[in-house]
Amino acid sequence: MIIKLAVLLPFLMAALIPLVHKHIKREHIGWFVLAVPIVLFIIISSFIPKIADGNTYIHTLEWIPSLGINFTTYLDGLSMIFGLLITGVGSLVILYSNFYLSAKELLHHFYCYLLLFMGAMLGVVFSDNVLVLYTFWELTSVSSFLLIAFWHHRKASRAGARKAMVITVSGGVAMLVGFLMLYAITGTFSIRELVAQVDTIQQHDLFIPALICILLGAFTKSAQFPFHIWLPDAMEAPTPVSAYLHSATMVKAGIYLVARMTPIFGGAETWFWTITVVGVITLFWGSFNAVRQNDLKALLAYSTISQLGLIMSLLGVGSIALAFEFDEAATPIFTLAGFTALFHLINHSTFKGALFMMVGIVDHEVGTRDLRRLGGLLPFMPLTFSIALIGSFAMAGLPPFNGFLSKEMFFTAMLSLQEANVFSIGSMATWIPVVAWLASVFTFVYCMIIIFKTFFGTYHPERLDKEAHEPPFGMLISPFILVALVVLIFFFPNVLVHYILTPAMASVYPTLPLQEITPYVSWWHGFNLELFMTLGVIVLGIILYKTKRYWSYVYTFIQPRNSFNALYEWVITTTEDGSQRLTNKYMNGYLVHYFTYIYIIFVGIIGGYFVLSGAFRFDPSNDATVETFELMVVCIVAIAAVALLFSKSRLTSVFLNGVIGYGVAFFFIVFRAPDLALTQLVVESVTTALFLVSFKYLPDIKPEIASAAQKWRNGIIAVSVGSLVTFIGLTIINYEKFEPISRYFEDSYELAGGKNIVNAILGDFRAFDTMLEVVVLFIAGLGVYTLIKLRNRKEASDVEDK
Amino acid sequence: MKINDVILRTVVKGVVFIILTLGMYLFFAGHNAPGGGFIGGLVLASAVVLLYLAYDIETIQKTMPFDFKKVAAVGVLLATGTALGSVLFDVPFLSHTDGYFDLPLLGETHLTTVTIFEAGVALTVVGVVVTIILSINEEGGE
Repeated sequence: MIIKLAVLLPFLMAALIPLVHKHIKREHIGWFVLAVPIVLFIIISSFIPKIADGNTYIHTLEWIPSLGINFTTYLDGLSMIFGLLITGVGSLVILYSNFYLSAKELLHHFYCYLLLFMGAMLGVVFSDNVLVLYTFWELTSVSSFLLIAFWHHRKASRAGARKAMVITVSGGVAMLVGFLMLYAITGTFSIRELVAQVDTIQQHDLFIPALICILLGAFTKSAQFPFHIWLPDAMEAPTPVSAYLHSATMVKAGIYLVARMTPIFGGAETWFWTITVVGVITLFWGSFNAVRQNDLKALLAYSTISQLGLIMSLLGVGSIALAFEFDEAATPIFTLAGFTALFHLINHSTFKGALFMMVGIVDHEVGTRDLRRLGGLLPFMPLTFSIALIGSFAMAGLPPFNGFLSKEMFFTAMLSLQEANVFSIGSMATWIPVVAWLASVFTFVYCMIIIFKTFFGTYHPERLDKEAHEPPFGMLISPFILVALVVLIFFFPNVLVHYILTPAMASVYPTLPLQEITPYVSWWHGFNLELFMTLGVIVLGIILYKTKRYWSYVYTFIQPRNSFNALYEWVITTTEDGSQRLTNKYMNGYLVHYFTYIYIIFVGIIGGYFVLSGAFRFDPSNDATVETFELMVVCIVAIAAVALLFSKSRLTSVFLNGVIGYGVAFFFIVFRAPDLALTQLVVESVTTALFLVSFKYLPDIKPEIASAAQKWRNGIIAVSVGSLVTFIGLTIINYEKFEPISRYFEDSYELAGGKNIVNAILGDFRAFDTMLEVVVLFIAGLGVYTLIKLRNRKEASDVEDK
Repeated sequence: MKINDVILRTVVKGVVFIILTLGMYLFFAGHNAPGGGFIGGLVLASAVVLLYLAYDIETIQKTMPFDFKKVAAVGVLLATGTALGSVLFDVPFLSHTDGYFDLPLLGETHLTTVTIFEAGVALTVVGVVVTIILSINEEGGE
């Protein structure tokens, strides 16, 4: 229950901000908001010892039990890691942005979106129900969209926001399809129950399609090749946002999903190949492209892409462990990869968060983050330099920083592919480590670029907007906490392993014995191949860095017009044009045409169904006798309907329409449906009043100009719709294809405490529908209101039907 | 629009109260007899519309100084709030409960959470209907 409140708390605060922001000073909102992640971090941390003892916490709140959709929160080792990252990095980022963003910005919007994101992200990692997870997943995309476009007056911000949204949401929809396939296989939406039915899932025909759909969701979110293109453009967001969403948390949602799904899909050949190959390509492509960037933030974006690829490929290799029976010698070799993925996930958040904040500081204090203008900042910003140094060295995999540990283990994991005797890996067992090693060389190169191009070299004050100086103390707190963690984790990795990583391993490999698969992390393994690989990275990295200008022409091979960005642009413009052309074809502004579409489809589908299923059956034997006065009312209604066709003025039409309505209401009374009659009468009156007020704006009715053929066509449609409805009315009494639902409502007094069954249905049995209808009604009302107000402003002409 | 509508105005003055009372009655009667939130709200809205037809917008806003958009918003919040509220008591979303209470003056009264939900529905209906009709008309008045 506490975890559930933890998910809801950010949303509550986000809702509160608009209410309170007028009463507190703008620069204080951030401090007010900061309390949320700190409190949540403390709450989640309080579970660490219990989770480390192997407990898990589950709490279910029934949401729509009849559809199997429940809001179940599940706290285990894996969600614990993410929960701590989200709230921990969240606290630091909010603290940092209190100093970073000027009080002139729309801070209440900013923090509102940020809290929305935090709640959504917590929802993703704590949900056990995949549909609830999906909802939160899309909510993170939406809040990321709002945050990227925070400076929405800039065109690049809007374009970046849209790109991120389009790519991640389409992936999300694919993922939803995957979840629905899993539901079709197992009949459950709960991840824990899915894990329990692994055998059924792996045997099923839908296994591969579901796998691919879910991976699409994970790859788009985690910016894997070739969907990585949105991440560099997302750097238009304010730097705290980039540090939080686009390096530490949101982009790791895909990693989370893959880790969470490993017990279900792990061991499958497709799963292993897709994740490993995509991960390694992303790793290489990201680091290769990072080297050529001139913008520090873009460089970090590509580096994030590359690091995400690294974690992804580790999860791929780690899934081999599930491909064969547990073996004391062989299994730990591959579970080490999964372990390293989780370990590096934490490490990456610490050093990359610090680096992003460092870039933010440089940008904030100097006015640029362009590497061609920066240089020689060391004497002016020694504290900032130390952040950059520690962060970059950790990323490059140098001791004594945490990146060294996970990088060594990464090499070990990649080399372990040679010992795999499943999936016919063959020569790929050599190629994958080689590519991974090359990627690490480039990683080393861009880490050197970050340090040397920014802080060494000559200082050019004329190229900078502002005199270089250290930032206010407050901006340094957050990055210093992060780099302190970088160092601490290096010296005491096994504390982290015991409390955080071991329980998470239990979530990723629930079937394997936990003691056997958690390694002891140490920083000296003797002179082995991994150490020489690291040394090779350093030597070749330095050579490449020194000779960069001799080989950087290779980047000219990739022309902008051949890139994935160009493909994205092409897809977007083509679909936009295409859909516009298509829409213009049928949405031509003629109401007659719209009604024609609606009626033809109605007759086609409903009538077609009745004809095909042979459900038309007319049996008058049970019908009551028709009284004379009933016939009279029928005649009145019919006459009014026919007269309506020939009416020459709107007033007559309104009047005749009223006659039909009151006639129908009369039937409701006769057939003892007082609720319906009341509603019909009042609706009829209000509609007439509405007509009266809008009457004077409507143009006179013009005689319809239509060819004889058109009139015939319209006539046929009208008659067929009318007769179809009549037939349905006659048939429905004897319809037996479905069971009547009336028995659900029979005990309305006992079940809902009301004697009026109509209201018991509206307010209780089907209250969900009513609630949504109320919302729809409200939105429609606002729509009408805004349309009219906008029309007022734009001076549109008086047209009803073009 | 200057039309002599003394008769209409005089009649409306009396009738509006009857309609408003009927609306309230229908709203509360809905539980066990014909009526309910939707129909009660609609009747209330029709009273406002009638007032509007007989008088003009300024008079209505003087006598009923609500922003009807906000009325609708409060209604939606009430309806969704009742739904969410059940979650706090650890029962499925949108569960309703009821009970008999002994209240002063009213004697034994049947109170239910459905009534709050229905009040939300009624307020939304009143708010939306009046907003639509007023905004259509305001636009033409200029």
